[in-house]
Amino acid sequence: MKEKRSLLRNSGFQTFSTSILCILLGMFVGYLALLIIEPSGAWGAIVAVIKNFFKYPTGAARLKYFGSTLAKTAPLIFCSLSILFAYKVGLFNIGAAGQYCLGVALALYLAIVLQLPWWVCLLAGIAAGAISGAICGLLKAYFNVNVVISGIMLNWISLYGTNLLLKPAMDPSGKDTFRLVNKAKQALLPTLGMDKLFNNNQYVTIAIPLAIIVAIVIWIILDKTKLGYELKATGNNLHAAKYCGMKENRNIILTMVIAGGLAAMGGALYYLSDFEQWNVNSSAVPGMGFNGIAAAFLGGLSPIGSIFSSYFITHITIGGGNVDLSHYCAQIADFISAVIIYLCGFVLFFKTIMNKWLNKSEEKKIARARAAAEDTNKEGGNA
Amino acid sequence: MLLLLQYTLIFASVLLLVALGGCISEHSGVINLALEGIMVIGALGGALVMKFLPYTHGESSAFLMFICVLGASILFGVIYSILLAFACINLKADQTIVGTALNMLATALATVVVKSMNTALNPDDHSSEIKYIDAKKAFLTNIGKFELNWFMIVSVLMLVIVFILLYKTKFGLRLRACGEHPQAAASVGISVFKMRWSGVMLSGLLAGIGGITYITAGVSTWKFENGVAGFGFLALAVMIFGAWDPIKIAGAALLFGLFRALGNVYNGFDFLKALNIPSAVYNMLPYIVSLIVLAFTSKRSRAPKAEGIPYDKGMR
Repeated sequence: MKEKRSLLRNSGFQTFSTSILCILLGMFVGYLALLIIEPSGAWGAIVAVIKNFFKYPTGAARLKYFGSTLAKTAPLIFCSLSILFAYKVGLFNIGAAGQYCLGVALALYLAIVLQLPWWVCLLAGIAAGAISGAICGLLKAYFNVNVVISGIMLNWISLYGTNLLLKPAMDPSGKDTFRLVNKAKQALLPTLGMDKLFNNNQYVTIAIPLAIIVAIVIWIILDKTKLGYELKATGNNLHAAKYCGMKENRNIILTMVIAGGLAAMGGALYYLSDFEQWNVNSSAVPGMGFNGIAAAFLGGLSPIGSIFSSYFITHITIGGGNVDLSHYCAQIADFISAVIIYLCGFVLFFKTIMNKWLNKSEEKKIARARAAAEDTNKEGGNA
Repeated sequence: MLLLLQYTLIFASVLLLVALGGCISEHSGVINLALEGIMVIGALGGALVMKFLPYTHGESSAFLMFICVLGASILFGVIYSILLAFACINLKADQTIVGTALNMLATALATVVVKSMNTALNPDDHSSEIKYIDAKKAFLTNIGKFELNWFMIVSVLMLVIVFILLYKTKFGLRLRACGEHPQAAASVGISVFKMRWSGVMLSGLLAGIGGITYITAGVSTWKFENGVAGFGFLALAVMIFGAWDPIKIAGAALLFGLFRALGNVYNGFDFLKALNIPSAVYNMLPYIVSLIVLAFTSKRSRAPKAEGIPYDKGMR
């Protein structure tokens, strides 16, 4: 007989509730920080962060900015998929930020300088990220180099490389690359009429449905295929996997290739939608890759969960730009997401406490039932 | 040439300080990936003192300024490292996630603090910069044309202290035991928690000094949005290259410092200028070198055996 289990025991439910707890605690710490900076407007500021596009009075404007939020969510979904995919195989792909840069670099170079169509640019971008991931994987598999450190080194190399490559694509009137609308119309991503749905927001492109489709594909690969099983086994115990005849080095490299390709795909799609232009004097690696870490862990390391967590992180990051800038700064949203990831580190701890508490209350229940049964037995004996 | 030497020494000092911090922490059994973040917060502490402590060069006491800046950086660094220690040692959290989170948090926190401070002082100022042109002169001494930064001396002192602490004292022996086999250490009455806490806090102290040294190396204003450009991770590469041994780490730091310095001063060499290599290549150089070096040195790793594994009393 299948034992009836409490909902609280369900691991999916536990993950969901701990994520919500992390969000609430993170928001609270953010609110405290706002209170310290300037108490009078703190509530208004935190509301602005949460509201994001709901601040617009008309439905049409809301719809348009909802579209923009979605357009910015898509690359984040890719980055978080990249990180969670590698993490399931026991590798921490902090190099996602650099792979994202390389995706942008190749896509924009092919689009603006070589004037190629969008799908060529996209494929080239993905290839660049995959190669960067492969370097990381090779170094790990054959030279035992820590992926976190090689990832960070590749981030900086990729950043300067991207700046160098995109110099010829720079608009001389500023420091950014040319807008695709003006210089490379053939490379703009198709919208398939979705822009009409969002009040003619031209940034709503196929990138958004693609992100969701890829998330589902990653979920299927990880949970429903032999390849996914092998990869996860390699992550859980390298030696056991090797003993079972799995090619552990191939698995590590393959994982990093896929992870690198995913992050780069996000970067390429985002910049081919023309939402942003690359600043060729960038001195910091874009935050998208690092926010991907937040989204991956907040989503409970599930591909489907990461769709929602990516949306949430993008929502508050854009909302951060709406705070009253005479007292506060937009980075308060970054601060909140960083606190949330820090708290996500405790997820295991939260779960252990929850299970301990459940065990205790169950034991008590059993003890009480036993005591009650003994009492009735005694009464029966006396009679 | 003198300029190259000067920049090499100052960048080597930064890397040495931070790598020594990483070394102590790893010998106690905790991988400190948050070094980068601790550097940012330590730098913030020092920069705040330099901004608010009144100082006119030649009149006020340079030594007082130096001590206050050093003290603030240490204080900020140690306090920030407590966040890592608490999460990784007491709550047994994943050290990689927490370290990464703390790096992101440090940059966000420093940006928020500096921006809101600048805005509070001047409503039109939304930058994340702190300027310390005058205050910085307090710890620079010119010897001929060579500009000696006092933090270079601090880093050499720290090298000696860390070496003695790790290899010549009872404390060092116990600390290292906790990184190699914590259960064995616990069985002879050593408190693994205490040792790991002190390892992480000492690394906070060293990385804090490293942070302030970095932002006073060659510049006199710092934009906190930029963090410290991966220097905490370069220091980890230095530590691995130096095989977790303070003396070898010092040698590795000099090598990496040289490559980093080339990016600052290559314009001063006619033959390098004639090659006409874009500046981005020089910027990439230290990172490329570290990748190559890591590829050759990581195979036979001398890492402490129990690093990165949360201590569990029941495990054998």
